[in-house]
Amino acid sequence: MPAELTPEQSSGKIYPGVLPLLRIMDEEGAILEDGTFSPYVQDVGEAELKEAYRQMKVTRRFDDEATALQRQGQMSLWAPSRGQEAAQVGSAMGLLPQDYVVPSYREHALAFARGVEFTDLVKFFRGSETSPWDIKKHNFHPYTVVLAAQVPHAVGYAMALNFDRELEETTGEKQMGQGQFSASEENAQPAAVAVYFGDGSSTEGEIHESMVFAASYNAPVLFFVQNNQWAISVPFKTQSRVPLSTRAAGYGIEGLRVDGNDVLAVAAATRYAMKKIRSGEGPVLIEAETYRLGAHTTADDPTKYRTGEEENEYAQRDPLIRLEKYLRHNKLADESFFEGVDQEAQQVASEVRRVALVAEPAEYETNFDFAYAKPHTQTENDRRFYREYNAGFEEE
Amino acid sequence: MTTENLALSKAITRALHDEMTENPKVLALGEDIGKLGGVFRVTDGLQKEFGARRVMDTPLGEAGIIGTSVGMALRGYRPVPEIQFDGFVFPAFNQITTQLARLRGRTNGQYEIPVTIRLPYGGSVGAIEHHSESPEAYFAHTPGLRVVTPSSAHDAYWMLRASIQHPDPVIFMEPKRRYWLKGEVDFSDTDFNPFCAATLREGSDLTLVSYGPMVPTALAAAEAAREDGHDVEVIDLRSISPLDIETICASVAKTGRLVVAQEAYNFVSVASEISAAVTERCFYSLEAPVLRVGAFHTPYPVPRSEEEYVPGIDRILEAIDRSFAY
Repeated sequence: MPAELTPEQSSGKIYPGVLPLLRIMDEEGAILEDGTFSPYVQDVGEAELKEAYRQMKVTRRFDDEATALQRQGQMSLWAPSRGQEAAQVGSAMGLLPQDYVVPSYREHALAFARGVEFTDLVKFFRGSETSPWDIKKHNFHPYTVVLAAQVPHAVGYAMALNFDRELEETTGEKQMGQGQFSASEENAQPAAVAVYFGDGSSTEGEIHESMVFAASYNAPVLFFVQNNQWAISVPFKTQSRVPLSTRAAGYGIEGLRVDGNDVLAVAAATRYAMKKIRSGEGPVLIEAETYRLGAHTTADDPTKYRTGEEENEYAQRDPLIRLEKYLRHNKLADESFFEGVDQEAQQVASEVRRVALVAEPAEYETNFDFAYAKPHTQTENDRRFYREYNAGFEEE
Repeated sequence: MTTENLALSKAITRALHDEMTENPKVLALGEDIGKLGGVFRVTDGLQKEFGARRVMDTPLGEAGIIGTSVGMALRGYRPVPEIQFDGFVFPAFNQITTQLARLRGRTNGQYEIPVTIRLPYGGSVGAIEHHSESPEAYFAHTPGLRVVTPSSAHDAYWMLRASIQHPDPVIFMEPKRRYWLKGEVDFSDTDFNPFCAATLREGSDLTLVSYGPMVPTALAAAEAAREDGHDVEVIDLRSISPLDIETICASVAKTGRLVVAQEAYNFVSVASEISAAVTERCFYSLEAPVLRVGAFHTPYPVPRSEEEYVPGIDRILEAIDRSFAY
């Protein structure tokens, strides 16, 4: 069962409005020029591409370590990001620290690019903490498990950024939100929001409502959908007859369809979109076509719904292989660079393992503290019971 | 002048007006609330005064209204979304129960989510299906939410102001059949606490607990019971979550009898919770089992039959008689 669109579906011949696929670096690492988008990555040189490779490779190693930890019973669950690193790292190259980033739950490479420590991230899936990182410092929202539920939050946040601008103009006071990181420079580029979801989530009603609201209020928000071809066991063709980027036109917003395994194309598309969004032109939808090389989560068995042939085919298109080829062919990186990255990746993995094995939840009683901001009678009654119940064991 | 005679709906309008005046971060959004002033005219005049940015006519989409409200709250605003009718809150149920209620807990208190959802509810208004529901138990059941409901203009004014100022999300349930009930609003009552019950009528023989639209019915039933020689104490919960069980138990300790009257289905309801909590706490004070007066376990009927369905004075009196039969 092929997960990909048929050539007819992709061509726009049957369904008008299907967008061309943006590619800047092909699978052999050769550069393809695009008149509109290439200028957005013209300044991406050796250092930036090596950094992108480093983020992707370290995430890959971390991801494998997390899967292994789950297999050893150290994690409640793990959702592998294997195969989607270029889509995530490429998009992060278009974002600024003052942008508020709202992930789904598979955005590990994105988290790393935003400065979140993997030693924190792993605590979420170990089952020790729900928001292990400093959300406001990184402007990286907690992972949301109910599919698509985070998307209207991102739109509301973006609408509020517009309110902030209006308040700043009328009061002259800088609006600080709830203390999220903001750019200190006077002429900093305006903050925006980037929200991530997958092809599975794309069919949820909240995505539709989010796009309607974002369009109606001209909200500065980027909708970034990673189409990894599989919603657990259901192939993309069951979610849509056309690429998801085609849907943007229905909301009156711009859609972009990009090769999600091409880090340069994703970076260019994101920079193009963010420039437009920051200048007040409203939301943009980017669809990054990629492939989930691993399982949906460690609770899943992909052999039951897709062929090894398909997996092998996509393994050839691994975004890491492509970027490595580019770096090698152009002599931007030598063996010592790749060895250095591998060493760092190994160190990160070891550190993650060390932290994961000892990451325990906070004292249970903190649950009573965080359910409400101010004391709530029933919660406080339960807290009292909990204390007395435990004290009873201590006396014995 | 510190008091004014206002309809309950106008007390809500005034509360919104005063909060929006005092805090530029307060904003209202919902379907038809701006130009039209809401289908019940509760937000009448607010868009004219505060502009379309702060009193927003939204697209039709309850999950979008609540979901974007959550996002605005993350960014430091205090949104007051309106859901047009009780029966239309369910498309937003996911956002309310899995997101709004939990984000403070999920973020270990890194965020506060001060969203106040205004929700007109209850029946006896002659409306077609889905315009007469009493969904309070769904929300009261969910940790992280507060659920309040006023029964008078004064309470409506101060409860809404306190809800908007509160750092927790609040489901503010408006008894729509009492929107036109007039009462004195004392604007100097600044210490008002919306989360405790009010004893509206003192009595020594039986405690009658009610809330929201049923409170005037309960007061009338207590008056009628006096003719039968029963001195009934009437308590208005005001807050469903948290539930002021102390006030109820103190009354039951005095009277020994308890009837709980509500519009909602009895099965797994606020009245069920009160029955259980009172039985646990003041078992030895009780002279009779706690009795519930509520809707039958059928969907809300067509409006031409609703008198058979929504409890009135007689159904409450019947329960009072049953209690005294023990």
